[in-house]
Amino acid sequence: MPEEGLKAIATALAIGLGAIGPGIGIGILVSKGLEAIGRNPETEGKIRTTMILGIAFTEAIAIYALVIALILKFT
Amino acid sequence: MPSIHITLKAETLFTLAGIPISNSLLTTWIVMALLIWMALAVSSNIRMIPGSLQLIMEMLIGGIHDLFEEILHEKNKIYFSFLMTLFIFIIAMNWSGLFPGVGTIGIYKNEEKSTAGFATPVAAIKDDLKAEEKRSGESVFVPLFRSGSADLNMTFALALLTMGYIQYAGLKTLGLDYIKKFINTSDPMNFVVGILELISEFARIVSFAFRLFGNIFAGEVLLTVIAFLIPILAPIPFLGLEVFIGFIQALVFPLLAAVFFSMATSKAEH
Repeated sequence: MPEEGLKAIATALAIGLGAIGPGIGIGILVSKGLEAIGRNPETEGKIRTTMILGIAFTEAIAIYALVIALILKFT
Repeated sequence: MPSIHITLKAETLFTLAGIPISNSLLTTWIVMALLIWMALAVSSNIRMIPGSLQLIMEMLIGGIHDLFEEILHEKNKIYFSFLMTLFIFIIAMNWSGLFPGVGTIGIYKNEEKSTAGFATPVAAIKDDLKAEEKRSGESVFVPLFRSGSADLNMTFALALLTMGYIQYAGLKTLGLDYIKKFINTSDPMNFVVGILELISEFARIVSFAFRLFGNIFAGEVLLTVIAFLIPILAPIPFLGLEVFIGFIQALVFPLLAAVFFSMATSKAEH
């Protein structure tokens, strides 16, 4: 069944390619956040809150890809 | 070979006066009843020297109050009750999907296809044959419970409610200045920026709804697949991960709402 095969490839590509960018982004975010905490340990609470917010924004892009993949898979 | 039961939308269990009651709605009702009971139990006997339940709730609410204080400053007094309600509700919804039995206990339902009256005889016979096959062959498994956050209706409703309240708060505190953020005719550049702001306001609704739904639904799919591949011991670390993700998502939703509240209720600086 070529159609189902194409669908499976599309699903995998959607989430696979969509996860690259946010993965790199979250990595950079957390590494910079940790650097900042290392330099200035007393601001840890503030940096952590902002970091989690940034992660949430970055992760949203991966979630969009995931939603597309889920729609392709289950409809 | 047994197949994995995963559906994108919540299944209807029964209809109540024409309104379909889905399994996620049923779970939401149970969680709501538990939350109301907990609120009554904690607030009915507040003492100066707290009991264990009161102590836990005080620590939880106090910690999160300080977290929002950093973002909202003096406006925290107005919006904290709403944000904390969001947090408690979402965390209860997220974790409700992790209990044993949720998604595994269910009923078998015969899906009967009603044949249309105006169909051609051949098609009608075909449909009848199909229905016959289904009735005798396989019936569809419908789980009795499903995490409320794994239903797009719930998360979308929460996102609409939150963004609606943010617009109301902005209008109430800034008045006409708030509308000027979106429709600004002072010069062409500001006009384009205002249009972009307007679009991003709608994008926030979608991103709110899909972030929560995507995370929790993906977690459920992950748990189902892992339990299907290696049923013994292997799902335990993933359960721990899902507990953590449920907490983070419940925290991120009101945290983002708090940031948007502070953006909507503060004047643009030039």
